[in-house]
Amino acid sequence: MFNTILIANRGEIACRIIRTARRMGIRCIAVYSDADADAHHVNLADEAFRIGPAPAADSYLQTDRLIDIARRSGAEAIHPGYGFVSENADFAEACEARGLVFIGPPAAAIAAMGSKSAAKAIMADAGVPLVPGYHGDDQSPATLRREAEKCGFPLLLKAVAGGGGKGMRVVADLAEFDEALAAAQREATNAFGNPDMLIERYLTRPRHVEIQVFCDHDGRGVYLAERDCSIQRRHQKVLEEAPAPGLSDATRQAMGEAAVKAAQAIDYVGAGTVEFLYDVDGSFFFMEMNTRLQVEHPVTEMVTGQDLVEWQLNIAGGAPLPLAQPQITTRGHAVEARVYAEDPAQDFLPATGRLRYLRTPAESEHVRVDTGVVEGDDISIYYDPMIAKLIVHDATREQAINRLTQALEQYRIAGVKTNVHFLHALADAPAFREARLTTGFIDDHQPQLLADSGLDTHTTLVLAAGFMLEAPDSDGAPGSGPDPDSPFNRRDSWRLNSEHTSTLRLEVDGTLHDLSVRQRNGRYRIAVDDAVYDLVARREADVLQATINDHRIRVHGHLQDDRLVLFYRGESLHCTRYRERYGEEDLAPEGGLSAPMNGAIVAVKAAVGDAVSAGQTLVVMEAMKMEHAIKAPADGVVSQVFHAEGDQVAESEELIAVDVAEEDSDAGDGDHHSGPHAADAAG
Amino acid sequence: MTILQSHINSGSEDFQTNRADMADAVADLQDKVATIHQGGGPAYQQRHTDRGKLLPRERVDRLLDEGSPFLEIGQLAAYNVYDEDVPAAGIIAGVGRVSGTECMIIANDATVKGGTYYPLTVKKHLRAQEIALANRLPCIYLVDSGGANLPHQDEVFADRDHFGRIFYNQARMSADDIPQIAVVMGLCTAGGAYVPAMADESIIVRNQGTIFLAGPPLVKAATGEEVTAEELGGADVHCKTSGVADHYAENDGHALATARRCIAHLNRRKPAEAEIQTPLPPRHDPEEIYGIVGTDLRKQFDVRDIIARTVDDSAFDEFKRHYGSTLVTGFAHIHGYPVGIVANNGILFSESAQKGAHFIELCSQRRIPLLFLQNITGFMVGRKYEAEGIAKHGAKMVMAVACASVPKITVLIGGSYGAGNYGMCGRAYSPDFLWMWPNARISVMGGEQAAGVLAQVRRDSKERKGEEWSDADEAAFKKPIADKYEHQGHPYYASARLWDDGVIDPAQTREVVALSLSATLNRPAEATRFGVFRM
Repeated sequence: MFNTILIANRGEIACRIIRTARRMGIRCIAVYSDADADAHHVNLADEAFRIGPAPAADSYLQTDRLIDIARRSGAEAIHPGYGFVSENADFAEACEARGLVFIGPPAAAIAAMGSKSAAKAIMADAGVPLVPGYHGDDQSPATLRREAEKCGFPLLLKAVAGGGGKGMRVVADLAEFDEALAAAQREATNAFGNPDMLIERYLTRPRHVEIQVFCDHDGRGVYLAERDCSIQRRHQKVLEEAPAPGLSDATRQAMGEAAVKAAQAIDYVGAGTVEFLYDVDGSFFFMEMNTRLQVEHPVTEMVTGQDLVEWQLNIAGGAPLPLAQPQITTRGHAVEARVYAEDPAQDFLPATGRLRYLRTPAESEHVRVDTGVVEGDDISIYYDPMIAKLIVHDATREQAINRLTQALEQYRIAGVKTNVHFLHALADAPAFREARLTTGFIDDHQPQLLADSGLDTHTTLVLAAGFMLEAPDSDGAPGSGPDPDSPFNRRDSWRLNSEHTSTLRLEVDGTLHDLSVRQRNGRYRIAVDDAVYDLVARREADVLQATINDHRIRVHGHLQDDRLVLFYRGESLHCTRYRERYGEEDLAPEGGLSAPMNGAIVAVKAAVGDAVSAGQTLVVMEAMKMEHAIKAPADGVVSQVFHAEGDQVAESEELIAVDVAEEDSDAGDGDHHSGPHAADAAG
Repeated sequence: MTILQSHINSGSEDFQTNRADMADAVADLQDKVATIHQGGGPAYQQRHTDRGKLLPRERVDRLLDEGSPFLEIGQLAAYNVYDEDVPAAGIIAGVGRVSGTECMIIANDATVKGGTYYPLTVKKHLRAQEIALANRLPCIYLVDSGGANLPHQDEVFADRDHFGRIFYNQARMSADDIPQIAVVMGLCTAGGAYVPAMADESIIVRNQGTIFLAGPPLVKAATGEEVTAEELGGADVHCKTSGVADHYAENDGHALATARRCIAHLNRRKPAEAEIQTPLPPRHDPEEIYGIVGTDLRKQFDVRDIIARTVDDSAFDEFKRHYGSTLVTGFAHIHGYPVGIVANNGILFSESAQKGAHFIELCSQRRIPLLFLQNITGFMVGRKYEAEGIAKHGAKMVMAVACASVPKITVLIGGSYGAGNYGMCGRAYSPDFLWMWPNARISVMGGEQAAGVLAQVRRDSKERKGEEWSDADEAAFKKPIADKYEHQGHPYYASARLWDDGVIDPAQTREVVALSLSATLNRPAEATRFGVFRM
């Protein structure tokens, strides 16, 4: 066994590996890019080395440097995690050449599975089932018809040069074949100038079912049950579960044995995953093999009770498989949800920003959170925007899903957009609960999955008002000092012989609402858009207990700089208070213009000394795939330019300075009606 | 502590009548205040806001810490005093919390006669400064005033407690380490220019605030120089050239935010030298005071029923309960603050006066603030009482009241007549705050008695001359006298003349007293020295 290992990764998987390695008494060396200098995995490791600038190509993918650091730090082995260098055969080979153990399969096995067509050929030879079809050069109609018959129906005709659905036909039976072929060829010729077709079995309700395999150096192999990863969007897994619902024991065994056969066909060692397409009729076909630990390995760990990283380390250290196939059993059901910084409504556009507020569900025997970030960390543009994996386990699938929705409701994040609500909607979707799984699930159910949940705008506004008005006092320091309970610390705007009405201007979903608020004896009366609500609210830290008219409701929230995020049933409701703000402007250099969010400079349209007029675009930034123009607030002269095109800048970093023309200062921004910096990456 | 058991039959006819009467009186008060809050009225307010200025009450709201209370004084000042309406005497004043510090805020209302100083405007401004001086409250002046009201110049300029006293007070307070902050949000002409000029720190709003000794018309008349107000005394001149103002503000909101920042940098800590407990609400509903008291002063009530609805947990430990029982004395807490209560429960006798003096001595010794609940027709009269020396016993109480240096809060909850007013810390005894219920009446004696005394004098005179005086004639003689007393003894009449700090809703007494006490605890506790008590 190793004394010291280097973990050539970051984020949750680095933390995950450290957890097991530490338990086994192994010293862990981490590496970090400049963006990760204070990352959680670095803080967890025994030692850590800088590996390079933020972009992965300059840091975590620098194989030579990884090996150097491993040598310098005395590491005997390198765990690559997933992604980055985990399926890099050259790297595995280089490790071996430098006397380091690559914790993964031999380079040859990686290379063998690296090419999908080569992999399929190997699997065909090994007798692993492949999706039937025809990819040959002989394009005569007779050949194609014969191959179609061999393949079986329904089948898919696809243009070899194709894309975008052109030249594609689903053919239900042989009778339709000739006509469909002719039409598809015509379309393909028109679209691509090439009529060549390929044939594949068309799976009506395909599911993604994969088998976890392990092999040791002695050529023994076992499988540790299967995972269903059908719930995907844009080829990225979103929910994974084990065991796969609805599979017969016979199918399970057949798939497991096929997977072990596949691994053994390439002399596999360590952890690997064989991915299959599974169809309603119980048939399954090899897709590919991933020669590493999978992101979703925890669901397997939860149902088998095994620590797969421990297995990896032991096997890499030369140990035989710890269990034989009959000893591997499963218990209950586990589901994993991947919590991402992304915007499901914007086609899952990755989001960046700072995790201003982060609360995770309490971990227990039923709930596990694998994460590599803590509150205050940034989700940067450089790496995968996964925030965490939330894994639940219970006796049955239904109970596990209940655990999942509950845990998602306790996952509260402010600062970046996340898919938590989307995950909640997924887990709660009847079709998911009924295990009607297919790889097209998300596309099929998109509208329901993106629908807003329970709270209407007025309820949101009234809750937001309650949360803000019940906020601990930020002025002075009541609650301390010599007179902590002074009646002047009341928060109800008490007035002599009159009732005070205050106005709260709140923005929800891009619309401004003016709320007039009266307070008396701890009760609020809130008027908004001709409706009146009675509110009794009590807030303790980030929990608000509210009674609106006759509806009692409990929400969590996070309030910072007048930006409130309310968390209700997995949903994040954003509400921003607008009020006149003064004071900060004196601190910023006059005419200073800063980045509204993290992003890259696309264009600098003014140079030092340029005279600019109010509203003129000075800098263009790209952030979250959208361009933002930074404009001159008033007429003036550019005094400094702080960044060049291509620079990465952080939110509120100063970009350009303008000396505002003295005479025209009237044209300046005398009116300070504004909310917080309007463009918040959290949105 | 003893919990007061207060058994009120809220179903009784008496209670219902009383409650309705008091509710009417309170509603009338709230109506009047609502009108006064409109300042110079919609037209003048519109003109004011069209200039980009905030209304004075909005200014105060923005200056205060969000959600914090405002203990306004002199709401009814100048009510029905002058030929024209001068709501709140054209100036808003009160204690409020700014950046965590309790401050005195004085804001001109330019929608009322251009914010000019009527005699009662001056009196109110000086009263506010008096409170600030006594309790070491930083002062924030929101200046927007045309200066002295010229038609009333003989009542505002020359005397000691006239306009000049404002700047005298500023200087003395500044010297005494009571910060003076001025925010120039409008005109600040002639003498008014000294408010910002004498301030420790001043803020001026661009295109709104002007400070000059003489405005453009006067300058033109005097020297022929033509100059705009902004050029003569605007923010640019005073922030960039003259140095008369320290902070430049883009608009009202900016100026108020700047003022808040000035207060945040005062480095002040409230001494609050008292054993403060966690506040507890009374066990009895303060609204029940309406039904207990009503508006008919002839109806008696037990003042303990009021105390039970005012003090924390309705807990009240009486002192000398069985001696001089027409004066109730004892210890309680209001919103956590310890307080010694001196409350009338009938006419004052020698024993009650001596008991009062004793109790006030106790509180002074222990530095416990005093709360006077005044409902007093006077001291007992008659041969027996004069002979037992009620005058010297009353004098002891007056001596004790006058000299006690602890915070003193007086609330007139019923009648306030004659020497009873003195012994119970009337205005002349400089209570830190004096509040009045709408049912209360204040005069040298009751209207009936006054009419009776004068009628008796008249009858004696007539009888000496051998003239007849019919009962009808006597009644006709007495009526206008009683009416006049009723009119002049009314709380609005008193409050309009600043004989008190405001008329309050009895159900808000606890809050008003608590805020008043909190304000007084901004000064360090002081030892009392009494004069010679006549034994």
